[in-house]
Amino acid sequence: MRMRSAGRVAAIALVAGLFLLLVVHMATAQRGAAVAAAVAAGKQPVAPDFALGRIGHSGTLKLSSLRGRVVVLNFWASWCRACKDEARTIEAAAERWRGRGVVFVGVDSQDFTSDARAFTRRFGLTYTSVHDGPGSVMTRYGVTGMPETWTVNRAGRLVDHIAGVTDGPRLDSAIERARRA
Amino acid sequence: MIARSIALAVVALALAAPALGSDSREQQIENRVMCPTCHQLLVLSHSPVAERMRHFIREELAAGKSSGAIEHDLVDQFGPAVLASPPAAGFGLLAWLIPAGGLLAAAAVVLAFARAWRRRSSADDDTAEVSPELLRRLELELLAFDE
Repeated sequence: MRMRSAGRVAAIALVAGLFLLLVVHMATAQRGAAVAAAVAAGKQPVAPDFALGRIGHSGTLKLSSLRGRVVVLNFWASWCRACKDEARTIEAAAERWRGRGVVFVGVDSQDFTSDARAFTRRFGLTYTSVHDGPGSVMTRYGVTGMPETWTVNRAGRLVDHIAGVTDGPRLDSAIERARRA
Repeated sequence: MIARSIALAVVALALAAPALGSDSREQQIENRVMCPTCHQLLVLSHSPVAERMRHFIREELAAGKSSGAIEHDLVDQFGPAVLASPPAAGFGLLAWLIPAGGLLAAAAVVLAFARAWRRRSSADDDTAEVSPELLRRLELELLAFDE
């Protein structure tokens, strides 16, 4: 009798565990989409924090360590054709805003580090890029296609989201908004 | 003539063998690795990153790396989710243990049901046994019927 109830408890625990795993998986995937939806609705959710290895340099970069500065997060990959079209625009903006409390961070996702290094050299990217090989940070930001650009204000909150290739004026207006917010 | 054809075929096979071997190894790896952007087996995917991964595998094979080492390099770049089947260690071990545990649990349930069913059917047999009293009454009734 005791054996039977122990078996029942084990079976219930197994099913509950599997259900929990499913819920966690679905919640993680939906949280990213919720972040994008919140920004589209004019809200300012906290930017999901991350610590990723730097490309071409040693050490990691933690997003929360940039608190107090406006951060432009540009998600890209070396195999993405649109990212190649956009690379020089992002670099030009980074140069334009240098020394004015604005930090540009490239998040190279689902890519080989060697290809990412070659990409940064080819397009002369001077701002920091980090490697998100598994694409887990990309998922947390709800990035569905590359390139995508997020702007974070000084308080570490997301204020703007650009899906697809951006241009200088659009990027400047997002940064201005983040400086005011 | 026949001997000559056989010799030619042997030479052709010997020349093609390394290429065939490397091709099948490439396909074996592609069957064990996922495309990170489209979440399909690499062998089925034609996304830009899948093409790049395929090129990487070919390069590594040409450099003489083992399949395990190539898969390890891909995990280094794209994380453990790049493998089609999770590693049999750490959290990934659950994915191997749960189905096995499920099969064992299902077998235990089937066994328990079979035992309970057998016990019940033998109990039914007991109740179906005709009591001596009933037999006696039946015989009396049959006798009366014969008369």
